[in-house]
Amino acid sequence: MSAAVSVEGLAVTLGDTVVLREVDLDVAAGEWVNVIGPNGAGKTTLLRALLGAVDFDGRIGINGRSDGDAMSRARAVAYVPQSPVVPPGVPVIDYVLLGRTPHRGLFQAHSGHDLDVAAEVLDRLDLGRFARREVNTLSGGERQRVVMARALAQESSIVLLDEPTTALDLGHQQDMLDLVDALRSERGLTVLATLHDLTLAARYGDRIAVLSDGVIVADGGPSDILTESLISAHFGADVRIIDDVDGPIIVPAVRRPNRESP
Amino acid sequence: MPQGARLGTGAVATAIAAIVLAVAGGLTIGPVDIATLDVVRELVDGLPFVELDSGLSTTEAAIVTQIRLPRVVLGLMVGASLSLSGAAYQGAFRNPLADPYLLGIAAGAGLGATIAITEGLGDGAGVLDAVPLAAFVGGLGAVWISYLAGNVAGRSPVTLILAGVAVASFLTALQTYVLQANSDVIREVYTWILGRIGTSGWNEPALLAPYFLISVAVVLRYRRALDVLAVGDEEAASLGVDPGRVRLVVVLAASLGAAAAVAVSGLIGFVGIIVPHTVRLAFGASNRIVLPLSVLFGAAFMVAADLAARTVLEPAELPIGVVTAFIGAPFFALVLRSSRKEVW
Repeated sequence: MSAAVSVEGLAVTLGDTVVLREVDLDVAAGEWVNVIGPNGAGKTTLLRALLGAVDFDGRIGINGRSDGDAMSRARAVAYVPQSPVVPPGVPVIDYVLLGRTPHRGLFQAHSGHDLDVAAEVLDRLDLGRFARREVNTLSGGERQRVVMARALAQESSIVLLDEPTTALDLGHQQDMLDLVDALRSERGLTVLATLHDLTLAARYGDRIAVLSDGVIVADGGPSDILTESLISAHFGADVRIIDDVDGPIIVPAVRRPNRESP
Repeated sequence: MPQGARLGTGAVATAIAAIVLAVAGGLTIGPVDIATLDVVRELVDGLPFVELDSGLSTTEAAIVTQIRLPRVVLGLMVGASLSLSGAAYQGAFRNPLADPYLLGIAAGAGLGATIAITEGLGDGAGVLDAVPLAAFVGGLGAVWISYLAGNVAGRSPVTLILAGVAVASFLTALQTYVLQANSDVIREVYTWILGRIGTSGWNEPALLAPYFLISVAVVLRYRRALDVLAVGDEEAASLGVDPGRVRLVVVLAASLGAAAAVAVSGLIGFVGIIVPHTVRLAFGASNRIVLPLSVLFGAAFMVAADLAARTVLEPAELPIGVVTAFIGAPFFALVLRSSRKEVW
């Protein structure tokens, strides 16, 4: 399989802070890779670099190209942010139509085809009945689906998800990730997601890449990557890992004060 | 199938009706009463290839074409410029409190006008008068300094707003200093600051027209881009839009129109806030609706306010800034209270 996303020697400095030092990461077309790492490891910055939203050194290839302009990149890569900015007073249909911007350009009105795409996406995500509702009046789970709908309306083959489950309860977390999985197989999407929940990261997707202190320190299948020592070293957490048919379960171990130490 | 937001014909018709009413009032009401029909005849007669007897005397005809009509046209352009630039700033900065004076236009124009008046440069006639020129240069200069100081890559647009606040305070302090040192012109400067739609023939409308047209054309062209900007800089970038560039173009175009309007009419407050917000609450939040309707309703509002300014205390004239705030503030409070929509 060819690489949909290929990152070589990526370095990003924000102000005086070196956020990414030397990141190498390939994501094959159709693959789902979860990037995990402690707070401040640079996960969001990695996604922002892929979007062209920050200056970087190194090379980022999107579908084999590294020279695309912003509009062509937006036709290739869609983004679901961790906390989307939902403008008040905007109906769902208008919000989803924003996803058509890279196809219609900045100054053109949306076409009939744009409306068709938006309507199809709304139907697929079971949002058709909300089309005229204002996005900021929807519940958290519905809102997350609307943001997903905007990303799908971009008709890009690569989708970046930044902590897609953070604001959701357990049931909606599961719904969201199941939806991503279903859409991936229906539409042949390539998914690169950041996740805080290690157990979820182990259950969804094909591979896990561990980003710590600006470099990828481990990359591979969930069972190989998620070890007590790795999690202790990079997350500073004492955990117990329980094997389960769907993948390893990571739970925190209770830290008991060691009375024998001086 | 659901459609996207669009500018409804009903909304446009309402806005045009408001303009027609305001213009009719502006042309017919005054110390000399002139019938609407005669005014229409006189205006039609003024068209090329049309000969029509309006029944107006030469003096009445002159009142219509040389006094009231230029004043109405100036009011239309000033009102449209100020409310459009308010709407454009609100969209570009995603800030409901943004008004045309956000980046220091008022303070810069005030300083420019004060210097021109204290230096006794204000006696030239019309287009070449130094006061509007100095106000225009001062206003645009203030925006430029704010941009240089506050437009830091990767920072939120709030940085730019704060820079505008700092620049405005600095320029206002300078203006106060200049004014204190030249207390004999305080009254004249004060009159300028309160604003007026005053004309000497067609000079002021001619002066404002090119800036007005450029400003309206550019800002309206960017109405869809501003809708994309509404989802924040990062998400706008993910949709292929360069938020910094869109903001720069829109802010410069809006500032051009606002500075030109301020230069010829002084500091007329509040229009840039109330008109766009009223439009937003009544017709929808999309910039495809708010920007064009702000042009139309802003134009109508200013002509109506000017009509009130020159008739309420006739023959004395109220400063129009007083009228826009006096009518505008309570009306706006009413709109805010009665609206069930949440647009910010």
